[in-house]
Amino acid sequence: MRKCSLDKINLLFAEIAKNAVLYLPVDENDGSAVYKKWEDGTAYSNALNTVRSPKDFFFPQTENLMGFKTLGKTIEVIDTRVEPDDFVIFGVRACDVRSFDILDRVFLSEPVDSFYASRRNHGIIISMACTRPSETCFCKTFGIDPAEPQGDISAWKTETEVFFKSNTAKGENLLTALDGILEDCDNNEVDAQKAKINAVMNRLPLKNLTTDGFGGGKTAEIFDSPKWEELSESCLGCGTCTFVCPTCQCYDIKDFNTGTGVIRFRCWDSCMYSDFTKMAHGNNRNTQKERFRQRFMHKLVYYPENNEEIFSCVGCGRCLSKCPISMNIVKVMKEIGGNKGE
Amino acid sequence: MQKITGDILIEKASALLSSGTVSCVLGWKKGEFGYDVTPAVFSSVEELERDFVYNDFCGANFSKYLVSKTRKLEGKILVFLKPCDTYSFNQLLSEHRFDREKVYAIGIPCEGMVDISKVKATVGEGISSIDTDGDNLLVSTLYDEEPVAVDFKSVLAERCINCKSKKHVAYDELLGEEGDVIENSRFDEVARIEALTPDERFAFWQNELSRCIRCNACRDACPACTCEKCVFDNPASGVENKSPANSFEEKLFHIIRAYHVAGRCTDCGECSRVCPQNIPLHLLNRKFIKDMNEFYGEYQAGEEVGMRAPLVSYTTEDLEPGEALTRRDTDA
Ligand code: SF4
Ligand code: SF4
Ligand code: SF4
Ligand code: SF4
Repeated sequence: MRKCSLDKINLLFAEIAKNAVLYLPVDENDGSAVYKKWEDGTAYSNALNTVRSPKDFFFPQTENLMGFKTLGKTIEVIDTRVEPDDFVIFGVRACDVRSFDILDRVFLSEPVDSFYASRRNHGIIISMACTRPSETCFCKTFGIDPAEPQGDISAWKTETEVFFKSNTAKGENLLTALDGILEDCDNNEVDAQKAKINAVMNRLPLKNLTTDGFGGGKTAEIFDSPKWEELSESCLGCGTCTFVCPTCQCYDIKDFNTGTGVIRFRCWDSCMYSDFTKMAHGNNRNTQKERFRQRFMHKLVYYPENNEEIFSCVGCGRCLSKCPISMNIVKVMKEIGGNKGE
Repeated sequence: MQKITGDILIEKASALLSSGTVSCVLGWKKGEFGYDVTPAVFSSVEELERDFVYNDFCGANFSKYLVSKTRKLEGKILVFLKPCDTYSFNQLLSEHRFDREKVYAIGIPCEGMVDISKVKATVGEGISSIDTDGDNLLVSTLYDEEPVAVDFKSVLAERCINCKSKKHVAYDELLGEEGDVIENSRFDEVARIEALTPDERFAFWQNELSRCIRCNACRDACPACTCEKCVFDNPASGVENKSPANSFEEKLFHIIRAYHVAGRCTDCGECSRVCPQNIPLHLLNRKFIKDMNEFYGEYQAGEEVGMRAPLVSYTTEDLEPGEALTRRDTDA
């Protein structure tokens, strides 16, 4: 365990930023937080979490894959790939760290998505334990411990100090490079901090929510539940829930006519949209009920079925606070799974 | 004035359901934390008694739901409308978007709805319950021993601070007393932005719109956006996009949308309410409303059914092309 006093945090950021681009949550004028590049004078936000999740660093909303240019009868294929610089993301919460594992299983399994893989290789994650979880947090439902966030380096913050522990070789190298600022210490303060967090976790309103009724093999049982109709009744199909979600991973590949050529790019897609997975024969989900059901079946049944019973929700609560009609995965779990979480 | 409570609405709705006047009720369903209410359809007294709620967080405008629900559901639908909602209701009727015969509308008075993000900015995360006590909200959190008193007025939604009317322009039945169209300062912020230099104005919108994640919540919640197939959802349109290909497209979406709802936008404020990125979309629409008021005379969309909007009715007093620019320059 190593530590530095909070007064020195900017020195630490400056040192990290010498060798890599450093991103961290920063307050916006409207009170929300967003990941921004650190520059001298950038203040680390105290907010619990960012509205947009850090999945953007590895799986950005849009990215160019390749370009085409026609010259007479030949088509030139242009490699638009840009190798990312090394970067460090500071302050990632435990829930969001888990989301990277969930994305990895999709993008790093064969055939490996080289765009994603390259960003993963260039990135170092410094997580941060939560001190003030929200009523919307339910990471524990998925076995995530906000007092023990993962990542290359785990960090804990008290009123006066920040503590660090490395979990990977990449993380250890970075901590070693910060030797001049960090000092060695015992685990006492971090243990006290963990105990505090755990006490809070036991008071959260969603503390008893379980995944009962979901998981691989549950398709036949719940797919035709009459409750989907009621749950999706007022869903706007806006896709906000999917775009703020750290684990939503669907994308579309599209061509953009630049006037002088074509840029082929990929962008996030949403199962909530009417043209999602539209093919030559038309669409396989024609009602909002079917689209709505897809989102939750994917997170709670299909993904675990294909991934050793790991659910692809991390309980970050973003869809709870951002859905315009306040419909969300917790309400779905309680209704369909029949577990009232009380 | 008698305060409208959930119980009063449940009683009203139950009576109308039981008498067969309506076959279902569009209302708000209880959530997990008090503030997270969901629009829902109730078809029995039991459902109403179990789940119906009416509190300071019932901001959702139900008018747009009538387009789909009147087609889907049998019989008459009971809908509760706040004053601002009634303007959207009329505007949709002007555009023949739903069958008035299939709706029973009850106007409910409104003192303003609360923006939960403002509450959280005041008390922090971890809200466990919210009660009302006179002019205050009493917010209990997981972190404070005692409930924190928060002044109701300080956490009102932007659109409610700048409320344009407490008067209902459409209903079959009104609960409580009728209000009036009220003085408001909703164009002040627009005027402030108008006074900026073009570069500053560009920077302002650049900063706001670059945060857009193109979730389309603004469009999907907007009662003026009721096209059967939005051009941005239509792969055959050539401009369909799930996210902007570049920063030009990013702005284009909002500008096209603002033009498309010009003269039809009632300034209900749903777009800004639902935006997860807190982009002040209402300012774009208010700029259009303000200009139309100045150029063609005062006009409030949805005030009456069947009004001719300034942009689709010609009069000889209309502004000549180019005059807007000259006027702006001479004003400045
Ligand atoms: S489904 Fe909701 S709570 Fe779960 S990871 Fe996605 S945004 Fe977070
Ligand atoms: S869901 Fe858990 S890990 Fe995520 S912010 Fe909340 S408490 Fe922290
Ligand atoms: S669940 Fe909510 S956020 Fe998701 S598409 Fe429906 S209305 Fe939008
Ligand atoms: S709701 Fe906000 S973030 Fe979503 S598309 Fe509209 S402006 Fe963009």
